[in-house]
Amino acid sequence: MAHRLDTGGRLIDRAAPMDFSFNGKGFRGFAGDTLASALLASDQMLMGRSFKYHRPRGVVARGHEEPNALMNIGAGPFFEPNQRATVTPLTEGLEAESQNHWPSLETDAGAVNGLLSRFLPAGFYYKTFIHPRPAWKHLFEPFIRQSAGLGRAPKEPDGDRYEHFYRFCDVLIAGGGIAGLQAALKAGESGARVLLLEQAPVWGGRAAIDGDDVDGQPAADWIAGAVARLEAMPNVALHTGVMVSGVYDHGYVLAAQPVPGHRPGSSTSRERLWRIRTDWVEVAAGAIERPLSFAGNDIPGVMLAGAVRDYLADFAVVAGARTVVVTNNDDAYRTALALHAAGQAVPAIIDARAETDSPLIAAVREAGLRIAFGTGIAQVVGGKRVTGVRLCPQSGDGTMTEEIRCDAVAMSGGWSPAVHLFSQCGGKLTWDADQAFFRPDPERAPMSVDGTPFVFAVGAANGHLESAAAQADAAGTPIPAATEALIAPVWRMPAQAPVKLREKTWLDFQNDVKVSDVQLAAREGFESVEHAKRYTTLGMATDQGKLSNVNGLAVLGDALGREIPQVGTTTFRPPYVPLNMGSIAGEARGPIFQPLRKTPMDAWHESHGAHWEPVGHWRRPYCFQRSGESMEDAVAREILSVRREVGLLDASTLGKILVKGPDAGRFLDMLYTNMMSTLAPGRCRYGLMCSENGFLMDDGVVARIDDDTWLCHTTTGGADNIHGHMEDWLQTEWWDWKVWTQNLTEQFAQIAVVGPNARTLLERLGGMDLSAEALPFMRWAEGEIAGIPARVFRISFSGELSYEIAVPAGRGLELWERLVAEGADLGVAPYGTEALHVLRAEKGFIMIGDETDGTVIPQDLGLDWAISKKKTDYLGKAAQARAHMTDPERWKLVGLETLDGTVLPDGAYAVTEGNNELGQRNMIGRVTSSYRSPTLERGIAMGLVQRGPERMGEVLDFPLIGGGVTKARIASPVFYDPEGERLHG
Amino acid sequence: MLLLTCPYCGVTAEETEFAPGGAAHLTRAGPGEGDDALEAYLFHRANPKGVHFERWRHAYGCGKWFLAARDTVTMEVFGTYPAQVSAPPPELIDTIRTKRPGWEPA
Repeated sequence: MAHRLDTGGRLIDRAAPMDFSFNGKGFRGFAGDTLASALLASDQMLMGRSFKYHRPRGVVARGHEEPNALMNIGAGPFFEPNQRATVTPLTEGLEAESQNHWPSLETDAGAVNGLLSRFLPAGFYYKTFIHPRPAWKHLFEPFIRQSAGLGRAPKEPDGDRYEHFYRFCDVLIAGGGIAGLQAALKAGESGARVLLLEQAPVWGGRAAIDGDDVDGQPAADWIAGAVARLEAMPNVALHTGVMVSGVYDHGYVLAAQPVPGHRPGSSTSRERLWRIRTDWVEVAAGAIERPLSFAGNDIPGVMLAGAVRDYLADFAVVAGARTVVVTNNDDAYRTALALHAAGQAVPAIIDARAETDSPLIAAVREAGLRIAFGTGIAQVVGGKRVTGVRLCPQSGDGTMTEEIRCDAVAMSGGWSPAVHLFSQCGGKLTWDADQAFFRPDPERAPMSVDGTPFVFAVGAANGHLESAAAQADAAGTPIPAATEALIAPVWRMPAQAPVKLREKTWLDFQNDVKVSDVQLAAREGFESVEHAKRYTTLGMATDQGKLSNVNGLAVLGDALGREIPQVGTTTFRPPYVPLNMGSIAGEARGPIFQPLRKTPMDAWHESHGAHWEPVGHWRRPYCFQRSGESMEDAVAREILSVRREVGLLDASTLGKILVKGPDAGRFLDMLYTNMMSTLAPGRCRYGLMCSENGFLMDDGVVARIDDDTWLCHTTTGGADNIHGHMEDWLQTEWWDWKVWTQNLTEQFAQIAVVGPNARTLLERLGGMDLSAEALPFMRWAEGEIAGIPARVFRISFSGELSYEIAVPAGRGLELWERLVAEGADLGVAPYGTEALHVLRAEKGFIMIGDETDGTVIPQDLGLDWAISKKKTDYLGKAAQARAHMTDPERWKLVGLETLDGTVLPDGAYAVTEGNNELGQRNMIGRVTSSYRSPTLERGIAMGLVQRGPERMGEVLDFPLIGGGVTKARIASPVFYDPEGERLHG
Repeated sequence: MLLLTCPYCGVTAEETEFAPGGAAHLTRAGPGEGDDALEAYLFHRANPKGVHFERWRHAYGCGKWFLAARDTVTMEVFGTYPAQVSAPPPELIDTIRTKRPGWEPA
């Protein structure tokens, strides 16, 4: 059984015991333990259930590559799923539970899937759950949802804080093993600003555990010396516990750091995301051990040989009292020696290679341990834990020659350089057939901005697995000769394993992909590695194939009769390990998620019952709710007060772009569909702006200020885009035109005073002459109102008598409060965006974003009157003449009146006889705006209907979600005051 | 994340400080120039694997539009230059020819 030895464990502090719980049961470990080591020390072999077949699974690995021991950690707002127990530091009171089990880890109902595994092969979802169609909703989907998935999604918002952290350096070194330390020494001595980051809490990587000599010294001494020298260099910063997770174009690097000492709910940030800019990246990320593919290689107790050695050295924990080692390379012999030295039984080393020799093999022989060359494991015996292994000749078909009793298996299929960081932004790999791994190709490294390589791999990540070679590679000195015997590429064990064994031979533990699945994918024609990956889901789980990738490629290549380099490898993408979503967001959440733009009257709105609506980055009052009112009541009241008395709208958010210069008129003639150059100073004109594709993008009133100055009003959301659009044309197409633009949106507060009492109210404030004679409709004038300098525009978006008054932003609130105070007996009331929308819809005025969606041209909206026929050119004119744009079948704007007076659902479609090619009813129109009009006391709507204006009076069917049909008659979109008499007050 | 240097203000900044604007050096086709010319102007883009001339705006900086020559595979930026030209500067063409033998401007 798994247990902790009485002595040893370089990372644990036996004087500091810690209590924690797993699946509600109490456990004890030590400070320095990981969750996985503490569980293993208590003989908790079973740590999870597999994704598809719910097979019992135990821990396999030591680090971030762990596929099985995934946990739900914490509770409530501090709950997080899919945490790897192998890298979760043990903390006092930690609450962990295993995932993907039901009803319990020990007894799992889903394990029946395993019995059905013959019927759940690769791609089975695609094949099985197609017909009959209703079965998907009622049978298949509920079953799959119950049985699939790893962790649970958190139910509450994340209760922790996160932060971003910016760093700049010349050389970033990812990994603080022998190669990383040596690379940092070299770079540090050159005077460069060096940042050395190591994911583990300790320096030195594997070398300290493996006890090799480095540069003539014991590894531990060399490591301590190197760290001391680096710490003394002022130009070198070095940190443990920081994981480099992604290398991006031109030297942008992300690294993640759990903030030391943070506990759930404490005031410190939980994680810190390092955003690093560097000229140069050296990847010293080491290598990741591969499993071997034999039947039963997923039974708890089967672990990577390197991990077995790590648990022993770091935590004094062994997975069993009798450990069989199975390997195709020398490295696993170190595990045999370490276990033997710790007094643990190693009944045999099963080596798939033909008999060979090396110093490590000799040392094992000298220790008196049995080595079986040319041998493989036919099958592991056991259910929820290993009880033995059956041996067979590696070259054969799995006929058993012998059974050995054991309670743990240490396997090694060789090591793969951790090339992820080299590959993430385009570095290519080359297959090293001798050593059976992909390593970085320095000739095809990622390029920096100037076209020179900027990512380099050193040490084991560069294919130099032995410590002395890794150090020499990083130092740039000659690589010493290898001391280990060559690996034998063994991708299946035994070589001729029959299907009965292949079906129990796991490649991807996390996604439950077997050798037989990959072979099936190849037979079914998924020859590209990217296709086979998606069909089988090999390497697509949260571990991203760190263990399974190369083994899977080899099996695919074998099935296709191709060599591994011809099969190629899938693309490595950042992050190297999953990042917490909170960590990516950093501080940008809640009120500081994005900037909030407020008008000068915002505080008044806030204190007068405003319900806010986001419009672009602005917030605008949706309505002003009074006590006892529902929001619908408030909107209706605001509309009626505008129609009967006088309303105030905060229109400050409307875009205000000043366009000035000798060529400004010519420029605006190109920008707008109608003529702006002929507008006389003092006058206003409604204008439409289109993209070069002809589609309507923005609208607004343009006022001519003087001979060479125009003020263009845009929609609230469009101001910045339209200003950018103007600058685009001025800077990149008509750069010889003398025009200057300035976005003045925030310089002015703008208040619309709207309704029959508007003029009376304004005249009470005193100042400029606002009579119908002095300021007729579609004129503007400059003067003073209530002693405040103002520009007054006689324009209307409601059909009522209306003045829009622009004053310097700093005096907006003053004017607003004067209007409210002076208008009390006139029934003055502020109104919000919803009333604005209904008022304009009653008049049939379009709204950008409602009646337009990027596919609508002004001609669709009956706005031909605002399109100049005289101009030879404007942006979008040529496109609007194309065949599809002039098609009489286009959907065009009409009003829609329901026969029963109800409100049509916004977005509802009008249907006609027959079905389209997708089996849906043919559609001939849709609702673009729909409201209840309190003025008319019924539903009104606008919509785009095929040949709409030619079909006045026709009744259309609008099917409703959930059944039923609403009938609506095509009408003029101008529902209220069609003669437009109210404008004049 | 790309690094770009604005040729107007001289600032070298990260991609997020800029806004992309698609292919550079398009010739505008207006009314009367024929449907083929219009279609080519609106929709046809070379999308090359390799050297690409493109528009960028220093949106969160000086606000100016400029042009860049970039390799779409290696992400190498050969140079940036002001937008008020109808063809890339000859020195830039020479630089690219040197770095990418066999490449010729379209």
